[in-house]
Amino acid sequence: MAHEHPHGHSHNHGDHDHGSHMDETDARVRALESVLVEKGYVDPAALDVLIETYETKVGPHNGARVVAKAWSDPEFRDWLREDATAAIHSLGYIGRQGEHMVAVENTPEEHNMVVCTLCSCYPWPVLGLPPVWYKSAPYRAKAVRDPRGVLADFGVTLPDRTRIRVWDSTAEIRYLVIPMRPAGTDGWSEEALARLVTRDSMIGTGLALVPGEAEGAAQ
Amino acid sequence: MNGAQDLGGMMGFGPVVPEPVKPLFHANWEPRAFALTLAMGATGEWTIDMARFARESLPPPVYLTSSYYQIWLAGLERLLEERGLVTEEEIAAGRSLVDSRPVKRVLAADKVAETLARGGPTERDAATPARFKPGDRVRARTMNPTGHTRIPRYCRGHVGTVEAIHGVHVFPDTSAAGAGENPAWLYGVAFDGREIWGEDSAQGVSLRIDLWEPYLDPA
Repeated sequence: MAHEHPHGHSHNHGDHDHGSHMDETDARVRALESVLVEKGYVDPAALDVLIETYETKVGPHNGARVVAKAWSDPEFRDWLREDATAAIHSLGYIGRQGEHMVAVENTPEEHNMVVCTLCSCYPWPVLGLPPVWYKSAPYRAKAVRDPRGVLADFGVTLPDRTRIRVWDSTAEIRYLVIPMRPAGTDGWSEEALARLVTRDSMIGTGLALVPGEAEGAAQ
Repeated sequence: MNGAQDLGGMMGFGPVVPEPVKPLFHANWEPRAFALTLAMGATGEWTIDMARFARESLPPPVYLTSSYYQIWLAGLERLLEERGLVTEEEIAAGRSLVDSRPVKRVLAADKVAETLARGGPTERDAATPARFKPGDRVRARTMNPTGHTRIPRYCRGHVGTVEAIHGVHVFPDTSAAGAGENPAWLYGVAFDGREIWGEDSAQGVSLRIDLWEPYLDPA
């Protein structure tokens, strides 16, 4: 029976399509997995471990710890500036898609935003797998040309005087944005601070939450 | 190649649509397609650059109407078929129909964590001194290779300033073509938004792009 490639259908907002196209893709992935397992190319148990790793262990809560520590510990912040790969590794975050890390700090003068216009490069060890929008055409096309427009799509407005720097991840260097520490958090523990650090604030499409906003925030 | 993956600066895709951190996947087949891609990548049958080239070689109308995991799936199928590991008929049948050669390595479940932690560092020892230093003015070359490249179209021909030297890294253009790693110096180059987009850029926007030495000329 004919299995067409799952192409030519409209998925403008990522994967939110329904019905037969998705059933077709679902069947094709199952078929491919069966073939690869039968040929001995993949261990199905390894697939489960890979999925579980990114669903439960690796995610933006890792990056939030890095940011909270940078806010609290000037020595760590200096280390992050000098050698982000090593500083991040010291917290246990290392490896695939985070082999070469650079941390970029937001200030009142300059805001940073990270994109990969050519594919979907993203710092996995600290942020997990990228959201659909990060990998999709609207963001990849617009971030480098109109970053303020992107911020508006996220409901964020920056002062006119704040410069914006957009980092296009064209090589294997991965960028983590260190958002500005919100006011009213003096003396907070790293654990409490980490709850203010959203995924989007570490990509640069959002800001850290302010005290009071963190309750019920999805992390 | 000047494919649909090179999206920076395009217009008309509409707004960026934010999404919460969870759910991570948006269809049942997505985690399987994700894990299959990683597990097959770990076999060592291709480089990450070859995988990117397989994805961006999709015809633009297909690329732009596929979700990112559909792009991954199509790229994986292409890599498997090109190397004679799996045939289209086998995917259609959902079972192995011909004897295929074994792959170099199979990722075992108990090796997933260490394999992810090792990642795929791309930095290599320097064989030559760096041609440029921070502060140097450089022009991104006007070039239009038909193979894989990581110099986005939007910066070609434009002048920027070297800000960072990232060391010597695997050169994707040759790595993707199976022509060797040919490590080259990699630079972080800053471009003013007005240099790239002219008067249509907002003031105070700059772009930081990672570019290999073969992409750059002195300006």
